[in-house]
Order: sequence, then structure tokens, then C-alpha cells
Amino acid sequence: MPPPPVRSPSRLLLCHCRLPFHISPQTRLPLSHNSSVRRRFHCSAVSAVSALSSDPQIAPTDLTTTPPSSHILSIRESLLSRRRTAADVAGEYLDRLRRTEPHIRSFLHVSETTMREAEEVDRLVASGKDLGPLAGVLVGVKDNICTAGMPSTGGSRILEGYRPPFDATAVRKLKEAGAIVIGKTNMDEFGMGSTTEGSGFQVTANPWDISRVPGGSSGGSAAAVSAKQCVVSLGSDTGGSVRQPASFCGVVGLKPTYGRVSRFGLMAYASSLDVIGCFGASVIDSAIVLNVVSGHDRFDSTSSTHEVPDYASFLMSTDHFESTPLKGLKVGMIRETIGDGVDVGVISSIKAAALHLEELGATITEVSLPSFSLGLPAYYVLASSEASSNLSRYDGVRYGNRATVDELNSLYGDSRADGLGPEVKMRILMGTYALSAGYYDAYYKRAQQVRTLIRKSFKDALEKMDILVSPAVPSPAYKIGEKVNDPLAMYAGDIMTVNVNLAGLPALVVPCGFVEGGSAGLPVGLQMIGSSFSEEKLLRIGHIFEQTLPNYRFVPPLFLELV
Amino acid sequence: MALIFHRGIIANSQFFSRSSGVLFRRLRASRSCTSARGEGTANTLKEELIQVAPKRALEPNTHGFEAIIGIETHVQLFTLTKAFCSCPYVYGSRPNTTICPVCMGHPGTLPVLNSKVVEFAVKLGLALNCGLSMTSKFDRKHYFYPDLPKGYQISQFDIPIATKGFIDVDLPVEFGGGHRRFGITRVHMEEDAGKLLHSETGSYSQVDLNRAGVPLLEIVSEPDMRSGLEAAEYAAEIQRLVRFLGISNGNMQEGSLRCDVNVSVRPIGQSKFGTKVEIKNMNSFSAMSRAIDYEISRQVLLHSLGQSDQIFQETRLWEEGAQKTFTMRKKEGLADYRYFPEPDLPEVVLTKEFVDKLCQGLPELPEAKRRRYEKMDLAMQDVLFLANDNHVAEFFDASLENGADPKLAANWIMGDISAFLKNERLSITEIKLTPFELSELIASIKNGTISGKIGKEILFELLAKGGTVQSLIEEKDLVQASLIFLIVDPAAIEALVDKVLAANPKQLEQYRAGKTRLQGFFAGQVMKESKGKANPLVLNKILGVKLKGES
Repeated sequence: MPPPPVRSPSRLLLCHCRLPFHISPQTRLPLSHNSSVRRRFHCSAVSAVSALSSDPQIAPTDLTTTPPSSHILSIRESLLSRRRTAADVAGEYLDRLRRTEPHIRSFLHVSETTMREAEEVDRLVASGKDLGPLAGVLVGVKDNICTAGMPSTGGSRILEGYRPPFDATAVRKLKEAGAIVIGKTNMDEFGMGSTTEGSGFQVTANPWDISRVPGGSSGGSAAAVSAKQCVVSLGSDTGGSVRQPASFCGVVGLKPTYGRVSRFGLMAYASSLDVIGCFGASVIDSAIVLNVVSGHDRFDSTSSTHEVPDYASFLMSTDHFESTPLKGLKVGMIRETIGDGVDVGVISSIKAAALHLEELGATITEVSLPSFSLGLPAYYVLASSEASSNLSRYDGVRYGNRATVDELNSLYGDSRADGLGPEVKMRILMGTYALSAGYYDAYYKRAQQVRTLIRKSFKDALEKMDILVSPAVPSPAYKIGEKVNDPLAMYAGDIMTVNVNLAGLPALVVPCGFVEGGSAGLPVGLQMIGSSFSEEKLLRIGHIFEQTLPNYRFVPPLFLELV
Repeated sequence: MALIFHRGIIANSQFFSRSSGVLFRRLRASRSCTSARGEGTANTLKEELIQVAPKRALEPNTHGFEAIIGIETHVQLFTLTKAFCSCPYVYGSRPNTTICPVCMGHPGTLPVLNSKVVEFAVKLGLALNCGLSMTSKFDRKHYFYPDLPKGYQISQFDIPIATKGFIDVDLPVEFGGGHRRFGITRVHMEEDAGKLLHSETGSYSQVDLNRAGVPLLEIVSEPDMRSGLEAAEYAAEIQRLVRFLGISNGNMQEGSLRCDVNVSVRPIGQSKFGTKVEIKNMNSFSAMSRAIDYEISRQVLLHSLGQSDQIFQETRLWEEGAQKTFTMRKKEGLADYRYFPEPDLPEVVLTKEFVDKLCQGLPELPEAKRRRYEKMDLAMQDVLFLANDNHVAEFFDASLENGADPKLAANWIMGDISAFLKNERLSITEIKLTPFELSELIASIKNGTISGKIGKEILFELLAKGGTVQSLIEEKDLVQASLIFLIVDPAAIEALVDKVLAANPKQLEQYRAGKTRLQGFFAGQVMKESKGKANPLVLNKILGVKLKGES
């Protein structure tokens, strides 16, 4: 699809100064006080909010033509202006969740205290006290992220009914910022899978076509945001588990730099690769969530002390975009990601997106990452090795399901045989094998060497380029059941994303186009990769890209039907 | 929290054969008993320290064979909190009361290294004359057992924090003495596991995770020891070292110091090692010594019967009751622990400043103390006694600083003070007597202010109630002046001597006929006459002159 011309600067706008996020003086994009902008913003905020409440004044078609706006900011705005109550917002989301959930099945657990917590926010509003940046925002939390008093199973039967005694640091920070955890989202067991078909409990459907997978492993979190069952959600990304479902479900998915967000409370799959990421309907929403959850944590020694900038403040003033706001930006298109084995529709969407970046002023160069193809096998060796170790604790002794046996070996064997699913068992076996005496050097050690190579090739490429782009997935969402019996084909789908985890880099997936499929087409996501701790830059570029991307609006047909 | 599963589980697990499960249970059960009764007072420890070695008669006759002994020692560090979480560890606490999601291995939890562990490891590494790895790392060691919450132990594998050192040991005088230097292969940091408590009925076992995550240093020796005595002395020296360094209480009964010993035997002259056998379950140094000597005898016997193929690579348990080792489990091939670098913890990087600072802050270590005491012309027996316990050594050193005569101070400490401690079951840090008062006491006796006998009385007063030598002398004067206040006036003493000599003409005659031993009798009589008040020095001097009839 050829990209339409770039809009005039006056159309490139989004936010304004009345929003509670302050623009720092050094903001590169100056803030506008243009009243028309203000009005326009209101309009967009209202459209987002009223769309949710089926406001008859806003035709659903508007949703498909307006650039995505921040749901977080509009909720905040309506709370501060007393236009709506948090209970009202929560009621609406819960109502929609109830209507859509039978089709999508993105939640493993829905909180029973959402309304109470929303009323608490309203009391806070009434008292005039300061509101946290996420006050009244309903957040879906992937089930492998611990929530105190709420079931957290990691999608595994072995932890059925397990309620952690503590909140993950990311969840604690969300709550401190005023967010309300609406529930726990479905996932492939312990993050091992790309479809949610590996969940021990249920399969989540893609809101764009319920016969298709939402991607995985954070499929529940992506589908829930896509279907507006929650405002934003947390996921985790070990080899692409945030970015791939973001692409499949047409939402923004952010995988931060390794160590940017504390892993404390994230059930470990592969500790050296795991990162908590987030989903939002817009880049701003992802940025606001990242703002809240980032930072060093004394409970996670691998969390970074790198300073946390105000990620959202850089996204506020797109109205003063020049006609080429990305002028001078050097974008490298990874050659290895747009060739053989990649869906042609995906390739053309990505090329169109590249063209759009070019029209925004960026220069696009093809770059080659020679070690790219080595990433997949190295990833599966390292991730499986670490998983075989990390999952040893699920033995039925202290928590979770325990087999009823009278002999120690059977206690371990049966508890794990009954509690763990086939994909998890396969990876434990692979990892155990790779770490065994005599094989360690050939597998684990070699994979670590490959990892070093990959890190270096990214570093070299990112010294020449500001960001790298690629598809997030080689294909659009496929049918439920399509790859269940072909694990290698499923693993191959991770080719675009695993290298980024091996290098520990941040990456942002922004919906960029569609390919044929379903009733309204299937979304395709553009992956933008930056150097370590360059989330700020990625979000700014992603935001400009998203706000200027013409014609496509990523609202799934299921949602439109239900509205 | 009660974590219960069936007893049968243990007996039939892959780790233990059916028959050996019984032994294993006994071991664990006896440990739990220990914890219940809260044994291991400072006093029993002291005795054990003093009598480290077995009787000579127990040493095996090795008939042209030599034993090769290597020791792995686990030292539990007494940091305020565990190695990777902020739980405290107090030995003997109620089961599962000092645990948290981290040391229970809950999903999503992560280890955070307690920096004290590194500090203690560096101190021990320096004290053991090791090379330090300025960059080391943690690794995961995998195995399944109910007392290991995560399914892996955080340990150090290929890059331990300290390597290639040595330790100097003086063998006890009563066993012939001698100085030995034993090599240290490595020292590494790791975490302890929990404990299994087996029910009385044997129908189930419970898991106590209080100990899970407590920091340990594992010290691996070179196979340099040749007898049970040497091995026990090596272990005792490690205990002294960790106590002097203040990094562990080194208490064997509480399991703060645990030794696993590897013993093999080979014909003298052969360079190839024999099959090595591991011995566990030795709860004192003397048990260690006896267990090793038993094991050496057992292996030598098999060798000399031509049955060396009946020595298996296995783990044997020392049974105190039987004074024998028994098979606990045969090793079927090497266990594969699937070590790999711990991804949850960053590398441990030491800076030169950090190491230098710790190095400068090291206390005087036992070996240096012994060499220093030796130079004071103390007997080796005394040297070993004084340098054995850091508190005793500190007390001794402090009294020397106040000018006490080394030999006299040593005698007081090893004699009456030590006896008092033993009777009262106290440690030297718990008594009221200060090193300063001991030196005062010694000085007062030396300068003749009080007699040795009075000195002893004052000492016990000081030990039990405290106070100063000076005030006690004065106080006694008020209460029982006749007992204490010494007659130092030569004229008064002379009068007493004259009186005694006049009253005992027969003895005087005998004395003058050459029975000079009678001087003691006269001295006693004079002392009695003076009601104990006569200054013994003056008395003896005058008595000597008078007896010889020189005046």
C-alpha cells in the first residue's frame, strides 16, 4: 500500500499544556499554546472517552481515522475536570470486559475489588489530593507478574491457585501511581510460547479475528488492550513476548532495555533475557507506564541505576512538528529481516512504514547484521538452559500443586509431570541437556559466544544508525491450532525479536499497516530498536510515526461490533 | 508453616538406598535433637578445644601405607542477615520463623547479595594466605531436595573468590608437637540449605527453612594431611581462624563449622592415590580424629589383605556409639550439578582499596600469636593454650600491656582463672576480672604487698564480684584486718620467729643437724602465729638467718 502524503504541520498535533505532564524546558519540541490545538485535543480526548461509553455523537468511523490518543491522559483529564468518576470509567471497562471476554478469553483472573478501588480514587479526587499519574487507570497484569492476594500462576497448572505474598516491584509502582489492577492476563505457560495456546488454562483469541491467535506469550495482555478490556497492560518479553503479540493485536508494545524495569516479582523464565514491558493503545500510554515502572530496585541486583528520564514529556507537543520532524534521523533497515521466509504483505507494510519515516525526514539505509540468523539457535539454547534452572523450584514442596505420593522421587516426578505442560517440559529437557557435563561447552558456552557476537554487531550498527527497524514478526497472526504441532515453525517466528533480547536492547513495536485476513485485515507492527537506555528516543520517534501515520487506525472489528 | 511429606519418601529416594536410609535418618534426627536441647554451650566447646586430639594409642598402625587426607570445611558466617535476603538467622529458632519469600524460593523472587559475605570471604582468604579473584561470580548448582527451596544452590564454581593458600598448624605437645603447613585449594561463597526434621514415628518429615540461605564459606584443603590428628588440628586451626577474624562462631555442635573428610590410603612410595572415601557426621575434633584413624585402619587392613578393590568411592558416616564408620551411600558416577553462571547476580568485583582496607584491619592471627608468645619464653604448652582462644589471648595480651609478667600471667590464666571458668561454665569474656586487675594482682604479689595465698583469695573475689585489687585489700582490712593486713615490720616478725624457735627446740636441733627441709615447718608455725599476716618474703628471710643461728 503506498503511503499517503504527509499531512501539513497543523494536522500533526496531539497534546496540550493543560495536561498534568510537565514539559521540561529542554524539551526539543516546544509546547504550543495555540487554542485550536487545545480544542482539537479536547475533541480527541472526548472521542476516546466517549467512544468507550458508546457516545452516539461519535461515530465508530471516527475511531478509524483519528490518530490514537492517550487513554491515560483522557481518564486523568476527565477525573480532574470532574466530568467522569473513576467508578464510571471502571464500570465501563468492566462492562466491556464482561461482554468481550467470552470471545477473547484474555483474563485468567478478574479482580473483584476494581469498583471499590475506583471509588477510592474518586474519594481522593473529591478530597482534592494529588492524584498519581495513573489514578483510575485499569491495568491488566500478565499472570507471571506477582500480585499480592491475587492468583498468579504464570499460566501454569503447577501454580494453580497460588497467591503470592507480595507485589512485583512493577505492580507496586503501578499501584502507588494510582493504577487499579483489573486482572491477570493469559499467557503461554511461564512465557514459553508465541500464541497463548501453551497456557495451562485457556487459549486467548485475537480481537481482530477470533479464529486467530493473539500472539504470545503475553497474548492476554495484548488482546486485552486491543479489545479495550483494560487501558494498558504489563507483559514480559524474553524473546519477543511483548513485541510479537503487540504486532498481532495492533497495539503498541514496548520492550525496555534489560534492567530498566525491575524483574522482582516476575516469574523467571530466562533471567538474563527477561524484561517487563508494557502495552498501550498509543505510544504515549506506553511511555507513561514505562515512566512509572522504570528505575533501580534494591530487590533486583540486575536492575539498572541508569537515570529515568520523563519519557512522556517528550511526546507532548507534536503540534510544532516541522514538516520533517525526523530530519537527520538515521534509520537502519535490517536486511536479514525483510527477505526469505517473511510474509510479502508484512514486507510491503514495513517498506511502506520506512517510506513514511523517510517522508518525516529520516534517511533509511539497509544494514546487515551478519550474526542475525545465529540468534534463534543461541536464544533457544540459553533460554532453555536458564529455564531448566529457574523452573526447578516448582516441585510441589512449598507451594503450588503437589502430587499425592508417598515417595520423594515420585513427589518431584509426578508433581512436575502433572503440573507442567508439554512445551515447558520440552524446554526443561533441552536446557538440562545443554547444561549437562560434556555438553556445556558445545551448547551453553557456544551460545554465550554467539550472544557476544550479536551484541557487538548491534553495537556496531547502532553506532552508525540512530535506530534499526524491522518487522516485529515475519507474519501476521495465524490461525489457532495452525502451528501447535510444528514447534520449529513457531520458534522461527521469533527470529525478528530474539536478537534484541540477546543484546539486551530496547525495542518499540508500533502498528504500521495491515495485511489481508479476517474481516478487517490483520495488523502489522514495525519494530524499532535502539541502543541501551534509548527508550526516550524510541518513544519520541514512535510517537511521531504513530501520530502522522495516515488512514490506519488500529481498532479491532470485535471492539467496533460490540460498540 | 508446616511442610509435611511422608517419611518413606526419604528412605526410597534416588539419593539413598533402602538400607542406608536408616542411617541417614539417624544422622538428621540426631541433629534435630541437638537443636531441640540447645546444646553446645561455650563451655563444652572449650573442653573440646583443649582436648582436640585422640589418645596416641588410637593412632592406626599403618604398616608401610600412608593415608592421604583432604578436608572440605563449611563455615557458617554470622552476618546479621542471610546471604541473599534480609532474614536474620538465629540458631535454635522455632522452625520456619526466619524465612521470607526469597529464601523460600517463591516465584519471582531474586537474590540480593549481602556485602558482608564478600567482606568475610576476603578476610578469610587473606588469613589463609590465598590469592584473591578480583572478579569472581556466582554459579548455580542444581539438585532436587526438599531442603533446597530453589532447586539449586547459589555457589561459586570455576572462579572462587580465593585460591591457593596455606594454613600453619602447631601440633599439640602431648602428641609430640611439631609444626605443619597445609595447602588451601580454594575458598568460595555459597548459601546453606534448610533442614529436614523427621517425625518420631517416622511416618513423615518436615522442612525447616530457617537455615536456607545462610551464608557459608567452603574451604577446600589440599590433600596434605596424613593422620587423624593432623586433620583435627587443621580443622581446629580453621575454627580458631574464623573466631579470631570474627566471621563465624565456628561452633561444631550447632553446625556452624562442618567438616567432610576425604581419606584414601596408598603404599608408601606409590604416587597414584588410592580410592577415596568421604566421611561425614563428625561433631567434634576428637570424633574427627578417631573417625579418620578408624577409616585409615579399615583401608590399610583391606590393602594388606589384598582386598583394596573392596574400598569403594562412597560416603561413610561416623557413628559415635560404635566408634566406626558405616556406608551411607555409594557414589554411582559423578553427580551432574549442571553448574552455570547465576544470571540474577552481577559479578563480584573487588577493588584494591577494599582489599587493602580489610587487610589492614585484620587482627593478629593465631599463628602470629603463637610465634610471638613463643618468643616470650613461654612453654609450648602455654603458647598453644593461650593462642587457642581469641578471648583468652586478648585477655592475656591486655594484662601484658599493663605490665604483667608473661609467665606469671600465663600461670594465673591457665591455672585458677581457667579452673574457675570451667567450674562456673563461663567464658573469659563473662568474668568480672579485668586484665588490668590481673596485672595489679600479679604486681602486688611480686612486690610483696600480699602473699600468693591472699592473692588467690582476692582473685576469686575479683572473678566473682569484680572490683579492684586495691579496694579489696582495703575492704578486707576493714572486715578481717587480721587476715589480710600483712606484718612487714622485720622486728615484729623477728619476735614471732624467736617465739616459734623457742617453742620448738627439738626441730631446731634437727634442722641444724642438716634437716633443712624443716624450714617449711618453721615458716608454717610462724605464719600460724601471725594468723597468716606475716609477709612471707620477710618471714623467710629472717627465719633463714635465725635458723642458721647467725644472729
